[in-house]
Amino acid sequence: MNDADKRVMHWQSTKRLMIITLSLWVFFSFVVHWFADALNSMSFLGFPLGFYMAAQGSEVAFVIIIFWFARAQHKIDQEYGFAEEEA
Amino acid sequence: MFKGDFIDNLPKIYGTYTGGFIVFIILMAILEQMGLGADTIGILFVAFTVFIYAAIGWLSRTMEVGAYYVAGRQVPTVFNGMATAADWMSGASFVAMAGGIYFGGHGYLAFVVGWTGGYILVASLMAPYLRKFGCYTVPDFIGTRYGGKLTRLCAVVVLVVASFTYVTAQINATGTIAARALQIPFEVGVWFGLLGILLCSMLGGMRAVTWTQVAQYIVLIIAYLIPVFWMSNKQGFGLVPQLVYGDAVTRITELEQLHGLGTLEAVSGAAGGLKALTVPFVQAGSDALSSWKFVTLVLCMMAGTASLPHILMRYFTTPSVKAARQSVAWSLFFIFLLYFTAPALATFTKLQILDPNLATGIIGKSIAEVNALDWIQKWSNVGFLQVIDANGDGILQLNEFFMRGDIVVLATPEIAGLPYVISGLVAAGGMAAAMSTADGLLLAIANALSHDLYYKIIDPNAETKKRLLVARALLLIIGALGAFVASLKLTTILGAVAWAFDFACSGLLFPIVLGIWWKRANRAGAIAGMIGGFVAGTWYLYMVRFAGMDPWIGIDHLRFGIIGMPVSLVCMVVVSLMTEEPDAETQAMVDETRVPAGRAVLRATH
Repeated sequence: MNDADKRVMHWQSTKRLMIITLSLWVFFSFVVHWFADALNSMSFLGFPLGFYMAAQGSEVAFVIIIFWFARAQHKIDQEYGFAEEEA
Repeated sequence: MFKGDFIDNLPKIYGTYTGGFIVFIILMAILEQMGLGADTIGILFVAFTVFIYAAIGWLSRTMEVGAYYVAGRQVPTVFNGMATAADWMSGASFVAMAGGIYFGGHGYLAFVVGWTGGYILVASLMAPYLRKFGCYTVPDFIGTRYGGKLTRLCAVVVLVVASFTYVTAQINATGTIAARALQIPFEVGVWFGLLGILLCSMLGGMRAVTWTQVAQYIVLIIAYLIPVFWMSNKQGFGLVPQLVYGDAVTRITELEQLHGLGTLEAVSGAAGGLKALTVPFVQAGSDALSSWKFVTLVLCMMAGTASLPHILMRYFTTPSVKAARQSVAWSLFFIFLLYFTAPALATFTKLQILDPNLATGIIGKSIAEVNALDWIQKWSNVGFLQVIDANGDGILQLNEFFMRGDIVVLATPEIAGLPYVISGLVAAGGMAAAMSTADGLLLAIANALSHDLYYKIIDPNAETKKRLLVARALLLIIGALGAFVASLKLTTILGAVAWAFDFACSGLLFPIVLGIWWKRANRAGAIAGMIGGFVAGTWYLYMVRFAGMDPWIGIDHLRFGIIGMPVSLVCMVVVSLMTEEPDAETQAMVDETRVPAGRAVLRATH
């Protein structure tokens, strides 16, 4: 695999990861809250679920997604030899 | 202290600092027991912390371009995360957010969601690539990627408008807190706040701002969390309040019915800015319009997060691309600590006020009894609170109690009957939050003007010394301008903050994102995108807010990015496709931006 091929493959994997990350982001940012009223009829840890997702649930999900993303992207960089040399 | 192995010693230095701050809190608590007055404690808290920040600012002074603009690109991941969190969490987050939730309930939580999730966009679409690019400012990226002085100028204009809107709100917040803690008039407080802000940033630029922001984060997070933990434990909700306030939320819904929320008539006569409780806490609207309003606000705040230059430029200071990415994650974590606490704080405060079974409850008590309370008197005197016995029955009802949202955070320790040392701590925390954001914003504006407008457009031959002098002079001028506008009190703190996000995402989001992700994007497209989006958004804001136009499907002045962003995207894509594709050199530059390894696109000093 020459450098140009590697770049193409690296960018494809990067794009795929970006799309997965943003799909999760869309779900926790918009989809869940669109149905807040319906979710409020359910209860989670004593909270109405719709309220819980806005006050805490989505935020927890964001933190997990973002740390996962940082790891996954670094793995992609390493796989194709584009990670920075450790100082 | 700031020489040699300073970076290696960071954990030790900030560990000592945190310890020292806690010792200071304990000292204040002891002095309070010995009879030191509440006012003196407040003054000591604010004065002591501001003095520490100024000292850090002084120690970090520099005359090097790299240190001034990007802190020498050596800020470790976790520390940059803390600095970004302080940069990010403004007076609005600290002082107004819990109050907003208190009054706005579920609908207001859109801000909490929007101001956290935006970091996923920052991490996945922007920060690592901008770090690789090696720019000093956001217009520096746009100007280099697309080329041309007009392109750079457009980016500078959007940046200045968005950041300036924001910075006046921050200086306003420092003024409010300083006025209250130091017992001085608001107009004087504003200038005092500005003085503190400038001391942190003028001598050392980004380097000084970075290390003061870390110090400010530590103060603000301690100040936010301690009262909530204390209150929760005092009232037996449990050890970790954030996890267990579900029952309190449910109880509030019962109490709202008990007190007749929604059935009481509105009482008029309260001073401007004061509100009575009218919106149920938990209930989300059941129609599509309320869902639409929630998600559009979330989207504007998230897209704004990803476009605000004072945030993006924090990731230019990390040692590597990988570090930039991880640093975004740490930023979100540190922000999350405060944001998932804010709804808990709003819940506890609300319960304290509404629940007749608690000693602190005031709704349903006699007006004479309520008016005799210390905190009611204190906050009425400064015009933050009002009790109006509209029906003359001598009993305080829900619709007769008015307050400003800001005091949910500032007065909670007093409402809950915590010692005054906690109130002093909260004032110091609010000051830290507002100052750190103002610092970042002022620096973003001054850097864009000095680096992009002065050095890159007006005088490319300027010497280093002259460049840095110009940068400092601009900082001073913009700060003074901000303080002047803030002292006019044009809008409430939060209205202006949301506008900054809408301005930023209308003008800058797509030119930045597509500059990395779409090679075909060219100069004409970027200019069209910036101007189109910014003008459309601004026009809509003007029409809705000042010209009396009816908002389209619930898109009010807080959400005008919903108009600006699509216009920006369409303009940029259409104009790019209609004009020539970028030359091979630019395309190679984009390729280089997309991989972490290798040299930065821009030279180390430029």
